[in-house]
Amino acid sequence: MTTLLRLTALALAATAALAAQAQKSAADGIAEYRKMLEDGNPAELFEAKGEDLWQQARGPKKATLQRCDLGLGPGVVKGAWVQLPRYFADTGRVQDLESRLLTCMATLQGFDAAQIARTPFDQGEQATLAALAAWISSQSRGMKMALPQGHAEERRFYELGKRAFFYRGGPMDFSCASCHGEAGKRIRLQDLPQLSTNPGDGVGFAAWPAYRVSSGEMWSMQRRLNDCFRQQRFPYPGFASDVTVALGVYMGVNAKGAESIAPAIKR
Amino acid sequence: MKHQLLGAALAAALVVAGCATLPSSAELDAQAQAMIRGSFRAQGIAGLDRLEQDEGQRACSSEQPPPEAVARRIEAEAQATIRWPAAGQYLGDWREGEKLAQNGRGMTWTDRSAATSANGAQCYNCHQLSKEEISFGTIGPSLYQYGKLRGVRDPYDPASAAIVQYTWGKLWNSKAYAACSNMPRFGHAQLLDEAQIRHVMALLLDPASPVNR
Repeated sequence: MTTLLRLTALALAATAALAAQAQKSAADGIAEYRKMLEDGNPAELFEAKGEDLWQQARGPKKATLQRCDLGLGPGVVKGAWVQLPRYFADTGRVQDLESRLLTCMATLQGFDAAQIARTPFDQGEQATLAALAAWISSQSRGMKMALPQGHAEERRFYELGKRAFFYRGGPMDFSCASCHGEAGKRIRLQDLPQLSTNPGDGVGFAAWPAYRVSSGEMWSMQRRLNDCFRQQRFPYPGFASDVTVALGVYMGVNAKGAESIAPAIKR
Repeated sequence: MKHQLLGAALAAALVVAGCATLPSSAELDAQAQAMIRGSFRAQGIAGLDRLEQDEGQRACSSEQPPPEAVARRIEAEAQATIRWPAAGQYLGDWREGEKLAQNGRGMTWTDRSAATSANGAQCYNCHQLSKEEISFGTIGPSLYQYGKLRGVRDPYDPASAAIVQYTWGKLWNSKAYAACSNMPRFGHAQLLDEAQIRHVMALLLDPASPVNR
């Protein structure tokens, strides 16, 4: 009897909620849905896994990543994410978080970086990278994007990234700018950040890595860009390839001062 | 003295490595081209040929729009590519058009086939069309009441001919009317075939279509 009463009450509440829902605009409903998602962001599970992997002796050399230099000195993780991509003197390259982690996994742990770059997302050491990116980005949560532009290579990569951003091609003539070149636009109901300028706190570059509810996966910026290019109808961008790093520099520098909420949660 | 020398050498190295001036804009353009070529691989139906730009794509690949004269030339060349429908048959079935408008699939590396039959018309991704569909994008203008607002009461009335032809041309090759339009060239790029375009035409212009009701 109590169960029946409770069920009836639940059903009534649900009906009332549905009726109220119908009064609201679609955008309100979506905003509410996003708010609800924020309460329990599964990205936390990946953060914990990433923190653990950082300290684990792994790879052919059975070493940890604790001496990995993410740009602020060996082992410094806090604040590193909001200053990537940046130039690294030891590799002579501008690197984003994922390509830098590949370097550390190769030099410190003895992994084959090229092989990891070829591995499909979510498999093998790619899953390791996604967890590491989640944890490392979480150590810059609330900080402002502050990519360095002091080195000529960093400035050159910004210029290359800008050109890649506006590069039209493929069967549908799309560039990044087709969707992300203007403010206040949507695809279906999905808001599109304008990435040719600063889109604001916790939007665009300052929101990735992120947990994707729709696919139940942790996506790094590399994966975000990969799926952008898929939908742009381009061929497949190499993992940590120059075009992806250059786009990171372009978006990250444009987002200067925006607060990072990574790892965020997405629909 | 030794320290001073070392300091001078370091400073010189820093100038070379860190504070050097950027390559010229034209050089950066060439470097970006090379970077793009070197960063992608073919996957499924998405071959590397997709990175090869035609003149219009190249002209519309920077922050600045192309010079007026270039834009006009691209538009004229695009105009010349438009293939008009066989036997003056412009309209198909708006119900099929609505299905195509809803369908955003096709041409990605996860799609099996690049045939027109595998593609949607993508319309709702960027445009409002019928009042009933609230999940629509805003990259393109609203097309709600497209035909009605343009006074199309009978698409086969000669008075409607201009707007009917413009709409066909826009769907076939959008760049004929705006060199750097964000809209794909559905006919020209073989994204949709004639029959599919006729269905989308009906969705936009048939007075019985939900777009115009």
